[in-house]
Amino acid sequence: MTDILLNIDASSVDWSRAQFALTAIYHWLFVPLTLGLAVIMGIMETCYYRTRKRFWKDTARFWQKLFGINFAMGVATGIILEFEFGTNWSNYSWFVGDIFGAPLAIEGIVAFFMEATFVSVMFFGWRKVSPGFHLASTWLTGLGATISAWWILVANAWMQYPVGCEFNPDTMRNEMLSFADVALSPFAIDKFCHTVTSAWIIGAVFTVAVGCYYLLKKREEKLAVESIKIGAAFGLFASLLAAGTGDGSAYRVASVQPMKLAAMEALYNGGTDVGLTAVAWVNPFSQPDYSNEGEPPLRIGIPNGLSFLATRDAHGYVPGINDIIKGGYRKPDGTMALSLDEKISRGSRAVNDLATYRSMKSRDRKDVSEDSVAVVLNRLKANMPYFGYGYVSDAEQTVPYIPVCFWAFRAMVGLGVLFILFFAVVLFMVYRKDISNAKWLHVAALVMLPLGYIASESGWIVAEFGRQPWTIQDMLPTWVAVSDIGSGSVMLTFFIFLVLFTMLLAAEITILCKAIKKGPKA
Amino acid sequence: MTYIFLQHYWWFIVSLLGALLVFLMFVQGANSLLFSLGATEEERRMIVNSTGRKWELTFTTLVTFGGAFFASFPLFYSTSFGGAYWLWMIILFSFVLQAVSYEFQNKHGNILGTSAYRWFLIINGIAGPFLLGCAVATFFNGSNFVVSKMNLTDGMQPVISSWANASHGLDALLDPWNLVLGLAVFFLARVLGILYVMNNVNDENIRCRGSVRLIGCTVPFLLLFVAFLVRTLLKDGYAVNASTGEVYMQPMKYLANLADMWYVAAMLVAGVVMVLYAIVRTVVSKTFVRGIWAGGAGTVLVVLSLLLCAGWNDTAYYPSNADLQSSLTIANSCSSEFTLRTMTYVSFLVPFVLAYIVVVWRKMDRKGIDRDEMKSDDLY
Repeated sequence: MTDILLNIDASSVDWSRAQFALTAIYHWLFVPLTLGLAVIMGIMETCYYRTRKRFWKDTARFWQKLFGINFAMGVATGIILEFEFGTNWSNYSWFVGDIFGAPLAIEGIVAFFMEATFVSVMFFGWRKVSPGFHLASTWLTGLGATISAWWILVANAWMQYPVGCEFNPDTMRNEMLSFADVALSPFAIDKFCHTVTSAWIIGAVFTVAVGCYYLLKKREEKLAVESIKIGAAFGLFASLLAAGTGDGSAYRVASVQPMKLAAMEALYNGGTDVGLTAVAWVNPFSQPDYSNEGEPPLRIGIPNGLSFLATRDAHGYVPGINDIIKGGYRKPDGTMALSLDEKISRGSRAVNDLATYRSMKSRDRKDVSEDSVAVVLNRLKANMPYFGYGYVSDAEQTVPYIPVCFWAFRAMVGLGVLFILFFAVVLFMVYRKDISNAKWLHVAALVMLPLGYIASESGWIVAEFGRQPWTIQDMLPTWVAVSDIGSGSVMLTFFIFLVLFTMLLAAEITILCKAIKKGPKA
Repeated sequence: MTYIFLQHYWWFIVSLLGALLVFLMFVQGANSLLFSLGATEEERRMIVNSTGRKWELTFTTLVTFGGAFFASFPLFYSTSFGGAYWLWMIILFSFVLQAVSYEFQNKHGNILGTSAYRWFLIINGIAGPFLLGCAVATFFNGSNFVVSKMNLTDGMQPVISSWANASHGLDALLDPWNLVLGLAVFFLARVLGILYVMNNVNDENIRCRGSVRLIGCTVPFLLLFVAFLVRTLLKDGYAVNASTGEVYMQPMKYLANLADMWYVAAMLVAGVVMVLYAIVRTVVSKTFVRGIWAGGAGTVLVVLSLLLCAGWNDTAYYPSNADLQSSLTIANSCSSEFTLRTMTYVSFLVPFVLAYIVVVWRKMDRKGIDRDEMKSDDLY
């Protein structure tokens, strides 16, 4: 980590990356709780609608109050993320705006308005609309948030696995060819399912933790127990789904982002029958010398696990970082992997051919024959899949920071397994025993809450750190995507965001704690 | 649907979202008058709760306006947001402050205290409309940027659009005519804010105060708006040669646009009349409190007609003063035909979205906010 901090120079690309990471990390502190609590409070209000018992109404309103406190921060941090694509990544906005802009616009039209309209009914409409309309509004608020997640994750998945598009040399950008390929890409479906189920875990952990806090304090016992029952059942369901969808996501990563998988596993030299690493000693503070070092020491893992995870064959071949750089192995689609040198060479040719093509098509050039233009165009099309490599100068630039990917992946998976066990135990206890005096369980639930956030943020860190140096996989490296802004300006806004978001986060946590302390009758 | 039709259609959709955004900035306008319209804590809380039930719609319209611009005119998104960095960042900061202020201000443990969050609302109420107005004025007065797509093939300097000076958008505040429109939008937001609060808050004191403040905001709004409109219609405008794409200066271009597009001129006139009707009737009549509807609809028509005037009829909607040929037109900055067509199908959902917003709005506002409601616990 020290190395990362020391290596952040004064360039605007580094500050822009830092700023985007900061806003994304803050945004993801609030969004998963919104998505998770949306389901929890929906279930509770449904209980009220069916039974018309005062208890369920108070319980639903209590969780809605907590939802509201958190919701505002998600909105506040979200707006910055959307506009940062333009403010900090202006080349990116043009280069892929034709594809990337559409999901963002649809998110606004379809999801945000639904959320914005019905959330006010949920908070202020108890006495203004019928119980059925109110219940529908509560579920529609959650549905709006979930649809919003769908579209933004479609956009993010497309950055990891660009499909349904083609580069147009006349407009100098990528253009959409198939909306269905973009919106229903298997990468997007896996990403959505995994991200949303992991968000549900946060909602469930939060519910169980708050319930256990009340049991620890010996108050609001009925609310606590009923909330724990719903939270634990929902949490176990979400944890099992997250494990399944996580496996699917990892399989996709293996096929389209092999470098990310190699970094996640600190796999320098691959092969067949590769084991899935449980732990190994990867120095968290420095990038390993992967080209000269052997494999990380103290590696303990599941034999053949990585081969199976990546290829669905226990003996399958998984490339390591050095293999990806050297090329020459057969990829999952049956083609032979090119070496990095070859990719750089073909990428450079694509960039040069683009310049030549544009020059030939310039209005001033009357001396150029159609045939020579066609030759350049065909060559450009053949090399276009490697366009991004035209801006790469050495192998080091294409390898993500291994320690962060490796340890974040371990944190996410390890905690994910822990949540399955935790929810299973809580569920068993709450239905079979009296948990009001199980202090160890109450304390464990409170400890689980920050762990939920660590797991969730770790997932995003793996996804985004592992994609480096690409803004769009193989197409556009970060240093070509960035805006032409002085580093001083971005540094200043970075610190403004840091102070502002930290201050508001502190306020939110304090308000949440006070609201929980007061309980549903406040 | 031809490509040219789709470009015009999407400029209409973006303009409509921009116009709706200006209307919905009644939230900001009312917040900027929080301490002026509300004399007591209870009155201020009624105002906060009145605008607080609509702020999400304003916010969402702003986000959707940005998203629609990104999807339909990505070169604008790239050039304006990436170039005028500071102008947009200040606008965004003010909206971030607003987003949390409603929820946090009256909650225990909010760290900063109620008045700090109220001041955040006021800051957003002043800065939001003013700076957005200044940004829109650059559609008529130009900005300082250069676009060169060939830079993409330059490994050393691959950025295709750059700002021509170090101010990164703050230079928009040095053009007095941008300030004039910025201030006009600010006062318009206040006018709409007063009309909204008078309609939505059932309180005699606030309504009396609103009538007085309405005159105080209308006079500067009218002076500034008329000055900007007359000057814009008479000045040279940024025209485009449709066949070559060349941008050139044309005397009284925007006046010519209104003459060529009679329906846009009719919208402008109808909009102005509706805004004036709303203001005058609210001031004259002691019982009329529904001015927000005529005023709001009029505002949408006026802003829509101005934005259509800026982009339709072979006009460069985002002109560059640094390099005229870098100016953005709806033809040279739009998405591909496929994307625009796909997005057009999505836009057919807009009437459905508007319909459920209207239904919910009517249900929630059937009864105005009053002092009794301030005793309930469904409050900010």
